[in-house]
Amino acid sequence: MTLDSKIPAGPLEKKWTTFKNNAKIISPANKRKFEIIVVGSGLAGASAAATLSELGFRVKCFCYQDSPRRAHSIAAQGGINAAKNYQNDGDSVYRLFYDTIKGGDFRAREANVYRLAEVSASIIDQCVAQGVPFAREYGGLLANRSFGGAQVSRTFYARGQTGQQLLLGAYQALCKQISTGGVQMFPRTEMLDLVVVDGHAKGIVVRDLVSGKISAHAADAVLLCTGGYGNVFYLSTNAKGCNVTATYRAYKRGAFFANPCFTQIHPTCIPVSGDYQSKLTLMSESLRNDGRVWVPKRKEDCSKHPSQIPEEDRDYYLERKYPSYGNLAPRDISSRAAKEVCDEGRGVGPGGLGVYLDFSDAIKRLGRKVIEERYGNLFEMYENITGENAYEVPMRIYPAVHYTMGGLWVDYCLMSNLPGLHVLGEANFSDHGANRLGASALMQGLADGYFIIPYTIGEYLTTQFGKKVDPNHPAFQEAVQSIEKFTNRLLSVNGSRSVDSFHRELGLLMWNNCGMARNRKGLEEAIEKIQKLRDEFWKNVRVLGQGDCMNQSLEKAGRVADFLEFAELMCRDALMREESCGGHFRTEYQTPDGEALRNDEEFSFVACWKFEGVNKDPTLIKEPLNYEFIKPTTRSYK
Amino acid sequence: MNFHLKVWRQKDANSPGRLEDYEARNIPPDASFLEMLDIVNEDLISKGIEPIVFDHDCREGICGMCSLTINGIPHGPSTGTTCQLYMRKFEDGSTIYIEPFRAGPFPVIRDLSVNRSALDRIIQAGGFISERTGSAPDANSIPIPKTIADEAMDAAACIGCGACAAACPNSSAMLFVAAKVSHLNLLPQGKPEKDRRVLSMVEQMDKEGFGGCSNFYQCEAVCPAHIPASFIAKMNRDYLVASIKRTVGVMP
Repeated sequence: MTLDSKIPAGPLEKKWTTFKNNAKIISPANKRKFEIIVVGSGLAGASAAATLSELGFRVKCFCYQDSPRRAHSIAAQGGINAAKNYQNDGDSVYRLFYDTIKGGDFRAREANVYRLAEVSASIIDQCVAQGVPFAREYGGLLANRSFGGAQVSRTFYARGQTGQQLLLGAYQALCKQISTGGVQMFPRTEMLDLVVVDGHAKGIVVRDLVSGKISAHAADAVLLCTGGYGNVFYLSTNAKGCNVTATYRAYKRGAFFANPCFTQIHPTCIPVSGDYQSKLTLMSESLRNDGRVWVPKRKEDCSKHPSQIPEEDRDYYLERKYPSYGNLAPRDISSRAAKEVCDEGRGVGPGGLGVYLDFSDAIKRLGRKVIEERYGNLFEMYENITGENAYEVPMRIYPAVHYTMGGLWVDYCLMSNLPGLHVLGEANFSDHGANRLGASALMQGLADGYFIIPYTIGEYLTTQFGKKVDPNHPAFQEAVQSIEKFTNRLLSVNGSRSVDSFHRELGLLMWNNCGMARNRKGLEEAIEKIQKLRDEFWKNVRVLGQGDCMNQSLEKAGRVADFLEFAELMCRDALMREESCGGHFRTEYQTPDGEALRNDEEFSFVACWKFEGVNKDPTLIKEPLNYEFIKPTTRSYK
Repeated sequence: MNFHLKVWRQKDANSPGRLEDYEARNIPPDASFLEMLDIVNEDLISKGIEPIVFDHDCREGICGMCSLTINGIPHGPSTGTTCQLYMRKFEDGSTIYIEPFRAGPFPVIRDLSVNRSALDRIIQAGGFISERTGSAPDANSIPIPKTIADEAMDAAACIGCGACAAACPNSSAMLFVAAKVSHLNLLPQGKPEKDRRVLSMVEQMDKEGFGGCSNFYQCEAVCPAHIPASFIAKMNRDYLVASIKRTVGVMP
């Protein structure tokens, strides 16, 4: 089977324009006849729901949180990239495109990434018009900062709360459409299944998290904007509720899951302090603009107070290994370098799992006030969590799971292989390859929702005139019944272990065997252990209470049940990919100096997995990556 | 560390609730308040007691989902949200009262979880700039003085948790409403809808049953985003001007 990515022909810089010029448009009178379901209300979901509603489509939007404003996009700190070149420092659409595709270690589609760079400038215009209070210079124009993996300053930001402000912009646009009746909002409602009628995605099954009622909603198209699956590791920077359920259940209904092993470990997080810990807190990558990363040169110095370690005994390893990017080396490379020095026994803090991020030079150079202005809220957050004052002692940081580049497979129109099912934002696989650069997630979420799906959804909808499905179609009843059965099964196991205990065990296993470094033996062992853990889960999980009311254990249990299946798929994908690229580092495939060794001959493809049954091996379908316009090179930040 | 907990348990909006006694044992001082509740919940599950329901999500102080009244204070003795409160702030062996956010417009859903959709409806009444996607001018075409942009950001930092209303003896949500009104009304992009916005948002706030401000400043004291109460004064000015304009018939 071959997958058609539907990339328009022609030169790279003309593809999107060509597409738009020939896109199928639906007349205003017909738009209101179409109903679209949007699952998720983060940057991708809220922007898509608001924009499609403005265009005249009837939209239903679902989120599990108590308000669409709480989606996890809100926690993004650092910023959003855009090729505005307001700094006159040589930026361009091409350069943003190239940085992004190189940052992704040449495992993303050229045409998608170019389009992302192309629409990036409009996102900033749109957000400013909505009232997003981006940082400004005294002259009143927009300010920029630099970010990892780029040599220009193209990141727009709103203090350390860029994600919050962008999400509130999209949320307010969504509220405007809710007030006109164009969007019907369903908060505290979780999608539990996709309804497929004659091979087309035509609805979803949801559970009302307050009343426990399970019901089906029909529509002409379904958009999944449900974020990433980083919580498969239990400890991550994701919100507690983030999960793989929506995309995984779509996968079980026939949608292909692409590159599930591509996960991003963020280099600057607060280190783990104990086994009670429920999540990891990110410190924005922007800190690396002014902070210098180091560990002691000698193991013996690790327990000393950092102020007792003289300059010549410190190893500024990022500056040493990657002189041209230094502390701004991309995330995958910085994370791995931190792991390396800690594995050598030179880590600092409890358990030796930490490195210093030191601001003393920057404070000397710029003064404390400037640092406070730039990062004040992050320093406060750090002090609150660790009880340490980072103006006086260096921060301790360690890598943590942060983002997942893998996701459901989509074509150029953001439609999956299941007709009608569209996937936006982190939930799809399309733009970041094997590693995402900082400040690109916000860009992609908003690009997909504001500027891409409104143009591409017509391609599908114009084939659906007069094909409305009847919500009484047996497929809907079947899906509702299967979810009711699933829920009852969880409630009736009545074993002795809590859901969280399974989740923690799975997370630790994934972190050790499918985390920053992977190898065949570890992955094979993980697959075996995951299968055993999954069996035990269904025999021994304890979910108390009933299904007909608010029941947070039941919600978690459903999500963990999916993680227990999905984790195996991740390991299988990591096992199949016998190369190292971006966030996927196989210890068997590295250069003599420990850098990732990519294998373009054999692995320049998107790995798409087709579900064949819970305890059956999934089928691999490859979408070859053809580089027509650029030549994949060895990624060097030295 | 060990604590005696008195936790509000309530089956649903229509059932009466009551404080139950639980013990929190062997809590690490570096655990967050919510992690302490996780530990207690694990213990309850092992005893066959349904775990305590509480809202939480990002656990890094920004989503606004966590909403506990701790020892009578929304978000407890922290300067941020409930999730950013650490157990080292409490005295070992002390008794801790844990209740939901209390305000008429926030009905209890279950245990410590409340319904705050009233806040969403206030934003829907006018807390936005009517800007259609795609019709925006270049981002740098309207310079905004840094001081104005910074002040707008101070207001925009509101996380919508509702602690202001829960702390106020009048259950007033005026700090929440003022933050959004000020954020948008300060910016040149928000000026065209300035009057409409403040009138309809305040009207919706009243409709939801929130009270008015009588200068207790409890809201400012508990606000995890440190929104200053001076924005309420600013909103009152905007409201007065808009009301006069409406009365004399010059409202746009």
